[in-house]
Amino acid sequence: MVATTQPDLSALTSRVRQNVVRMVYAAQSGHIGGSLSATDIMAVLYTKLLRHDPQKPDWSERDRFVMSKGHCTPVQYAILAEMGYFPVEELSTFRKKGTRLQGHSVLGKPGGVDNTAGALGMGLSFGLGISLGARLRGMNDVTTYVLMGDGEQQEGQVWEAAMAASFHKADNLVAIIDRNRIQNDDFVEKQMDPMPIGEKYRAFGWAVREGLDGHDFAQVEEGLTWARDTKGQPACVIFETTKGKGVSFMENNPGFHGAAPNADQFAAAMQELGADA
Amino acid sequence: MTTTAPAPAATREALGPTLIRLQNEGHDLVVVDADLGASTSARRFKNEFPERWFEFGAAEQDMFSAAAGLSTMGFTVFASTFAVFAEHAYDQIRMNIAQPNLNVKIVISHAGVTVGEDGASAQSIEDIALFSSLMNFRVIVPADVVEAAAAHELAAKTPGPFMIRTGRSRERVIYPDGVRLQLGKADMLREGTDVTIVAIGTMVTRALDAAETLANSGIQARVLNMASVRPLDEDALVAAARDTGAIVVAEEHIALTGLGAMCAQALATKLPVPMEFVAVPNRYGESGTSSELMEIMGLTPEHIVSAAQSAIARKR
Ligand SMILES: Cc1ncc(C[n+]2csc(CCOP(=O)(O)OP(=O)(O)O)c2C)c(N)n1
Ligand SMILES: [Mg+2]
Repeated sequence: MVATTQPDLSALTSRVRQNVVRMVYAAQSGHIGGSLSATDIMAVLYTKLLRHDPQKPDWSERDRFVMSKGHCTPVQYAILAEMGYFPVEELSTFRKKGTRLQGHSVLGKPGGVDNTAGALGMGLSFGLGISLGARLRGMNDVTTYVLMGDGEQQEGQVWEAAMAASFHKADNLVAIIDRNRIQNDDFVEKQMDPMPIGEKYRAFGWAVREGLDGHDFAQVEEGLTWARDTKGQPACVIFETTKGKGVSFMENNPGFHGAAPNADQFAAAMQELGADA
Repeated sequence: MTTTAPAPAATREALGPTLIRLQNEGHDLVVVDADLGASTSARRFKNEFPERWFEFGAAEQDMFSAAAGLSTMGFTVFASTFAVFAEHAYDQIRMNIAQPNLNVKIVISHAGVTVGEDGASAQSIEDIALFSSLMNFRVIVPADVVEAAAAHELAAKTPGPFMIRTGRSRERVIYPDGVRLQLGKADMLREGTDVTIVAIGTMVTRALDAAETLANSGIQARVLNMASVRPLDEDALVAAARDTGAIVVAEEHIALTGLGAMCAQALATKLPVPMEFVAVPNRYGESGTSSELMEIMGLTPEHIVSAAQSAIARKR
């Protein structure tokens, strides 16, 4: 089973990674590192778990994806384009005048973007609101997935939301943490280490899975499926990832959190990502 | 038949009963709270519709962001807390509610200095400036408990974000039951030709009292209740400037960035006339009763009277 689907995912994720680098290079701004670390998670989520219809982005009973680390629009837009929400060519307008594809996520622009983001720390609360609303509507199939960064865990509001989600038994809410070990200025551990995150979520009443490889499609699918199917409490899955994954000189390099590559770096990155010359 | 004047009431008291009525009338409400529902009166809704009530505890940032998420599921969401604690979540309100233009109604109670004894930290004197700076927000400051009910109903019936400012002190009731409130329309409570007093919230009854005093010395003051602060009724302001030639703006908010500043900006480009401002004099408050605080801050009918006289004296 897994063997037949993984080649597709590999092709998809290398197209997405190439587009992430292309978009940021063309705009000469944007966030590559946290986009590349989240690419495999996003690809599995959108192809294997999310109940959605790119032709009907407003379908009321769709699953919701909340991008809490709203600077990682390159991967979000690249995935949405691959799914058919809008033409891949539009990715070249990223961050440019008149674009729908702003630097940070804007609800409804384009359809498929379910929240506005940019200020860290708010997505889990927003997702909790959706979850409570879906439950009140009796939409029991609707799951809300919230993607957060590991540096983002420093935001106090995350823990307000964590507390409230377990109190309200929001088991239709899934927190995904991209544990890439780097934040804006430096390694998370050196900046102001919020670890251990898993124990914190457990103490706040969540079911938690840790230690899964966020670049192994099977492990990602297993973790997300477990989280979706957890009942009685909200679930948090923490994926170990590599910031800048796929481009050797960007990997584990805090310098590529929010910096654009120059022409040489761009060429080298595209080659490593297997783009046609 | 004798009619007795209604008992004084606080504008905050309208919320719970109005929410219950609106839900019973077929609105699709959800009410969220941050451990102040008893004081804001929202909590009464919980007793009637417990499944439509979500408690977030003393965690306003979470509450406002979650309110935004809830609204995307099609609900009309009322989120209330004290004014100063809404300020605690300004960025959440800005990014999660104002920018995506979501259907969340924020009712901030215990606003202004009339909150009284709790002192400076509890006295919100900058909230009108903050909310008026958020695009897509409608900002309503009702004058009495009846108008407050009308404001909640208007908000429920009008898509998009609202801020409604209510207070803790019991104030005179001036409107008859069932009165309506119109977005962007000032309510002329008293006709006059010599000066116009533009007032909101607690200052409306004080403006009416001031107009009475002024009438005794032969000055006819027009009184406009500008409950709809955003959108602002610029036509009524221009008409007031044209008809009366002098304007006083009275509000329980800092002068620097409140209704007065907004009215002055509107008139500066359209029809400048002498203006005076009866407002919190750009300082923080202190403990005291609500009436003592209004005295300390210069927010009494007497202050309005002298402001009106100054404005009239500056007419040419
Ligand atoms: C409230 C807020 N404060 C500061 C920032 C600036 N900022 C942008 S990204 C970032 C670091 C995010 O690190 P992390 O959550 O680990 O994200 P990732 O590594 O996945 O990119 C910071 C501090 C912000 N966007 N929002
Ligand atoms: Mg990180």
